[in-house]
Amino acid sequence: MSTVELPAGGAAPIGLRRPRPVSSRFLRSELRLIFGRRRNIAGLAVLALVPIIIAVAVKVSAPRPGDGPDFFASITGNGLFVPLAALTVEITLFLPLAIAVIAGDSIAGEANLGTLRYLLTVPVNRTRLLAVKYAAITIFAVAATMLITVVGLVIGVALFHGGSMTLLSGNQIGFGGGLLRVLGATVYLAVQLAALGAIGLFLSSLTEQPIAAMAGLVVMTVVMYILDSIPQLGWLGPWLLTHRFTAFGDLLRSPVAWDTLRQGVICAASYALIFWLASWARFAGKDITS
Amino acid sequence: MTDGTTVTEPAREGGPVRVPEAELAVRTRGLTKRFKHQIAVNGIDLQVPVGSVFGFLGPNGSGKTTTIRMLLGLIQPTAGSHELLGRPVPEHALPLVGSLVEGPAFHPYLSGRANLARLDAADRYSDPATMRTRVDAALDRVGLLPAAGKRYRAYSLGMRQRLAIAAPLLMPRRLLILDEPTNGLDPQGTREVRHLIASLSDTGATVLVSSHLLSEVEQICTHVGVMNAGTLVTQGTVAEVRVGGTQRARVQTPDPAGAARVLTELGLTEVQQQDAAALGTVGDVAVEKVVPALVHAAIPVLGFTIERPSLEDLFVALTGEGFDVNG
Ligand SMILES: Nc1ncnc2c1ncn2[C@@H]1O[C@H](COP(=O)(O)OP(=O)(O)OP(=O)(O)O)[C@@H](O)[C@H]1O
Ligand SMILES: [Mg+2]
Repeated sequence: MSTVELPAGGAAPIGLRRPRPVSSRFLRSELRLIFGRRRNIAGLAVLALVPIIIAVAVKVSAPRPGDGPDFFASITGNGLFVPLAALTVEITLFLPLAIAVIAGDSIAGEANLGTLRYLLTVPVNRTRLLAVKYAAITIFAVAATMLITVVGLVIGVALFHGGSMTLLSGNQIGFGGGLLRVLGATVYLAVQLAALGAIGLFLSSLTEQPIAAMAGLVVMTVVMYILDSIPQLGWLGPWLLTHRFTAFGDLLRSPVAWDTLRQGVICAASYALIFWLASWARFAGKDITS
Repeated sequence: MTDGTTVTEPAREGGPVRVPEAELAVRTRGLTKRFKHQIAVNGIDLQVPVGSVFGFLGPNGSGKTTTIRMLLGLIQPTAGSHELLGRPVPEHALPLVGSLVEGPAFHPYLSGRANLARLDAADRYSDPATMRTRVDAALDRVGLLPAAGKRYRAYSLGMRQRLAIAAPLLMPRRLLILDEPTNGLDPQGTREVRHLIASLSDTGATVLVSSHLLSEVEQICTHVGVMNAGTLVTQGTVAEVRVGGTQRARVQTPDPAGAARVLTELGLTEVQQQDAAALGTVGDVAVEKVVPALVHAAIPVLGFTIERPSLEDLFVALTGEGFDVNG
């Protein structure tokens, strides 16, 4: 009989080359799947449409100071406020919904199709699968918020002034500084959405029905918004992920009010960690019978 | 049909530690799976020798797929353990194991080729540089190359099944675990799968194939194991398993009555007389003693045959006639 190598010290088993220690191939395949799917492209198009609608609406209507969210009033002053207004509008439902669709699909979608069993027998280590799935969700969160910001910036600067920016606190800063703050706000929101995505990943590991996981995450988001709006439950607020979603406005003050932002990032990171670990605890030993 | 990938053996001189290859490609010890209300697999000791084509048989619901899922680490056994390719941690063997579990499953809006590319991308052992050629070779091997660019949802049942068979062929394998590979295939497809299994076996790979098509199994398998209601009722080479079944001796003779008498005296059971023949179930009697005994009793013997049951008869004998599944 022939002989085989012992897989000593993590060496490849017989006849196979050494596994690549780190490779982005699976992640890239995952991203192609997400960004190549027509449903998701349509969703992104809707997200991108909002800043356009806002900018055009503000352009054609006479400015009414003090009306609507802070950012709306400032748009006519500087186009940089278009992406901020769009992000403020979309964080209430559209962005959480988009994350819910992607995160809900992540594990449950594969389980539902049956492709999960073939991925696991490739083999893909279960921890690696969760890591790649979560990385893809995070990248989607960044892509979705960045898309809104970029579209908002382009249309905003095209329809309104660029130039120096009057902050919410009344100070003036240059265009470059303003741009930086808008990008900062975008990244902050992406971090918040990535934390929401971790909850979605967890829900997705519980079921074989992607729709159930998606609906579950949307319901959880809405419930957090509702709890946060009940004055008698004020003590609960700081513990809710959604509580500091709109804190990115603090970046538009001078000096920047870092406190809430820092708390927001810590809160998001904690949610992400806890729910990723919960997904892992649930998924690592789960029977895959789909 | 192009030539598939073959396993490249490591250099024989020097290099890392070498040990003799395991004798058994699959070995389970008391492997058990209990779902909430029932025991789906009950303490089976499956032994699949290296290089064999092992037919894994059993009626619907007898626990074949559940066993295969445990072998592949998809579900945790309630009790017992198993080894794959001699590795006590079966996960370590998985890169060398190709599998088909309970039918095809792919992304419907991706093409067959893109689906295989995705599986290949997930494989840490595969070489991205050769991905395209390996994907096309696998598709070609199952005759799917002309439909490679079609979206999976537009595939017919048999095309889907073929794609599922192509997936484990992307990489060189030492063990293939195929759950009902010929499900839904046309006669040509079935034949091709038979040839495919034979050619995989020729490269030295072990094939564990579950099937209901007994004539099929009889043609390609060297070994069989039969499941019934969660237990492994028999396993071994096809010949061994057949011997375990009831062998009938048939004596062609102008004197059936005399022959029947001799057979009964020898200890054969269920002795029957026909026009020009006598039959008896051999049981524990040594077959080679039958003819001398007849000759000694001066019975003219025109012919003597041992009739082995077909695998189907055996299967029914082992697992019962009933049509109802074990619920
Ligand atoms: N996820 C599950 N939950 C509960 N019971 C299950 C589950 N999966 C399988 N079973 C039960 O375990 C038993 C064995 O099922 P299994 O799928 O292993 O049968 P099989 O031999 O593959 O049958 P078939 O020839 O029909 O494919 C059946 O009675 C089935 O109902
Ligand atoms: Mg089955």
